Amino acid sequence: MTQAQIVETGSSQRGAGFRRIKRWLPYLGVVPFFVLVAVFFLWPTYLVVTQAFVADDGSFTLEYVKTVATEEVNLNAFRNSIQVSAVTAILGGVFGGLLAWAVANGRNHGVFRRATLAASGVFAQFGGVMLAFAFLATFGFNGLVTLFFADHFGDTILSNPTWLYGIWGLCVVYTFFQIPLMLIVFLPAVEGLRGEWREANDSLGGSTWRYWRHVGGPILLPSFLGAILLLFANAFSAYATAAALISQGSPIVPLQIRGALGSEVALGGAAFGKALALGMVLVVGVVMFGYVLLQRRVSRWEQ
Amino acid sequence: MKKLTGVARIWRVVILLIVGFYLLLPLFSMAEFSTRAGADGGRTLDSWAAIPTAPDLLASILVSVQLALLAVLGILVLLVPTMIWVHLRLPLMRRPLEVICMLPIAIPAIVLVVGIAPIYRWLSQFFGSSPLSLAFVYTILTFPYAYRAIDTSLRSVDVNTLAEAARTLGASWPKTIMGIIIPNIRNGILGACVISIALVLGEFTIASLLNYETMQVVINLLGKREGQISVAVSLAALIFAFVLLIAIPTSGKKQEVAQDGA
Amino acid sequence: MEPKSNAGAAVELKSLRRAFGNVQALNDFSLEIDQGELVALLGPSGCGKTTALRALAGLQDLDSGQILVQGEDITHVRASKREMGMVFQSYSLFPHMNAQENVEYGLKLRKESRKKDRRARRAIEMLELVGLDTQSKRYPHQLSGGQQQRVALARALAIAPDVLLLDEPLSALDAKVRSQLRDEIRRIQLELGTTTLFVTHDQEEALGIADRVGVMSGGSLAQIARPAELYERPTSALVAEFVGLTTPLQCEVRDGVAYLLGSSVPVLPGSVTNGAAVALLRPESIDLVPDPQSQSQVLTVSFLGSVCRVVVQLEDKTLLTVQALSEKIGDFPPGSHVGFAFHGSPVFAKPVA
Repeated sequence: MTQAQIVETGSSQRGAGFRRIKRWLPYLGVVPFFVLVAVFFLWPTYLVVTQAFVADDGSFTLEYVKTVATEEVNLNAFRNSIQVSAVTAILGGVFGGLLAWAVANGRNHGVFRRATLAASGVFAQFGGVMLAFAFLATFGFNGLVTLFFADHFGDTILSNPTWLYGIWGLCVVYTFFQIPLMLIVFLPAVEGLRGEWREANDSLGGSTWRYWRHVGGPILLPSFLGAILLLFANAFSAYATAAALISQGSPIVPLQIRGALGSEVALGGAAFGKALALGMVLVVGVVMFGYVLLQRRVSRWEQ
Repeated sequence: MKKLTGVARIWRVVILLIVGFYLLLPLFSMAEFSTRAGADGGRTLDSWAAIPTAPDLLASILVSVQLALLAVLGILVLLVPTMIWVHLRLPLMRRPLEVICMLPIAIPAIVLVVGIAPIYRWLSQFFGSSPLSLAFVYTILTFPYAYRAIDTSLRSVDVNTLAEAARTLGASWPKTIMGIIIPNIRNGILGACVISIALVLGEFTIASLLNYETMQVVINLLGKREGQISVAVSLAALIFAFVLLIAIPTSGKKQEVAQDGA
Repeated sequence: MEPKSNAGAAVELKSLRRAFGNVQALNDFSLEIDQGELVALLGPSGCGKTTALRALAGLQDLDSGQILVQGEDITHVRASKREMGMVFQSYSLFPHMNAQENVEYGLKLRKESRKKDRRARRAIEMLELVGLDTQSKRYPHQLSGGQQQRVALARALAIAPDVLLLDEPLSALDAKVRSQLRDEIRRIQLELGTTTLFVTHDQEEALGIADRVGVMSGGSLAQIARPAELYERPTSALVAEFVGLTTPLQCEVRDGVAYLLGSSVPVLPGSVTNGAAVALLRPESIDLVPDPQSQSQVLTVSFLGSVCRVVVQLEDKTLLTVQALSEKIGDFPPGSHVGFAFHGSPVFAKPVA
């Protein structure tokens, strides 16, 4: 009897241990995924954040961060980056939002909708370098529009394309991929507007203006602001288009980083680059935090 | 959906015309620019015909295509199983997985490249200077988009019930996943792969700053010397990507429940 | 000045027509609703009942026809000027407004309730009417489906509409809430005396709530009558089959009397009057009698409370559903042989297909 009890207890203890192992076993399935992410994403991000504070001799320093935060050329790059991002986020948001409305009110599974979405995907996520060339072919020194204006209107702003290589040029080019991104991000929200809301408004005596002012507008507002923030982060992070367009000078932060990486021979070039990158992480981090907050609000209304 | 009123319909057309003009003008300019023949305004396809002879271009396209396929492979063998597994067995991991997958949107590629450069210097001891080693980081860059495509699919078919049904009928876990779950989220997976291909073929930042010759890097270099050819290649690539993306099946959208049509 | 009382208006729909492609959603559809009356439109999917309701609301254009409210032609009046309160199937509450704000929405547009406190009082009054005055600050996503529909009802009634339009308001709810809310809609409607049009595909709902029920088919009215009359005296096979349960049974009709099951029963007007026909039998129009000689056998018995539903297999293997009082069910165990007796209420006999 006693022996049996001991045996039983023993086996149940082993059983408990085994069960515990068994409970953790499924977690093995996600290990390879997290290893890849850790090595090629989390680790480099960690490096950026920490190495910005490490001097060449391995000691802690605020030198690089201070340089980024005080030197006029760096501050100016951040100012420019924020300006380009804000302008293109708002332009892209407004026009992309209108485009989303226009697409949402077309036929639901039509060819037009499909083509528009596919083209948006191309411009927003594939374009990069090629979009820079598209605008060089349009507004560059031998661009279609430049030549057209030079031939027909003589010396106008559009016939002298130096603007294209500056901040306002970046704004025009960036807006080109911001509008399609807005369409992709914002279309689900517009399509989430229920016909019943409009009809309820109508049957309660509301006008079209009143519907947009009190129902459609307020419902879309959080999604709209969230999308604007996403567009801001997108423009702020963009590198390829600017790099292909502007080969000399570094008016915006990503191009500053290119310069820093290119001049690693110079003292602390890499660490300086990391300090710039840290600044970008901070800006994008704040923006994305706002985006997440707004998203949470949106999902609360979804039923 | 309620039909638009007359005024709204006019607005719709106006918006489409304005935005459409802005988005299509650069594309038209590319076509015009790449077919110019001299100053007299003639047309020629010489630049297009010269694409195959452009230095390094074909080799770099091959590299980019290989990278795209490797990224797709990464999604198929790493992301898809992990997502399904977490969905079915580790519900507590769902939120962390989503956050991890979405992070690459919050960390700009230009920032990532700063931190990843030392890792790639170390990696080159094993892979030499093969540009294919970019596949690791590219796979991660595709996660936000691939995750969303697959997640929409997973949500729309209630995989948990499907899995429970399969399990109670006697299917093993591998059989459940391969035979039941994957066929039901096929569209999501397909969409994820197509977006990933487009993304990898278009990636410039990391390749350029780590000095690997991918398609975008070579096109960019080409732009400095052979303007017309580079514009021709760019337009061709854009059209190719468009064709690729338009082939994505409309996935994820829940089947609309049949309603009283009266 | 307080908002006007909810006394409704008489409605007249005159030969409405509307086609969607090849489908005639409304085909010469006419309907009159008296002041304060509740009419239910009943029919299967695609019969045009929702189109009719939306046409009255002004949300649906017509190809032809005329709509009169209190004698006034409103055919070309915009939806927002029609003074109709509408309750939709679901999800019609504005998600960013709480219950009270939803109810106040329509009031804000009306002169007599411009004053904020007056508006709020009216909204609370309406929420009280639907039993939700304690939930006035809740948002739609914090309310159950049934509560949401109550708020939608309060919102529609707050503007004291000429006509209340209910578009399958209960179909997204589960059974218990559904019958509860149905009774409540009826109570409120009677209390306020609002003219009401109620569209549903659920015959129990329609028969249970309405003064009159109209059965629709192919875009027009097949029959409109009081619920009892509709049930007992259908004028067409379509109505007989759609409203209530029927078992089709071959029979012989001679001079307005159908002969079947070894017995005879008069047929309803509109039926086949002579020759072979198919009788549509209600479960409660037949009584079972024990008959050991009969070739008909009880197959199953299902208990429904005071009555039981008995499925009998006839000699030729067809199945007949009959209703029997539960207290007598002991006489008819499964397997027992039974005969039949009609209690005289006429049946509908349709031509043999």
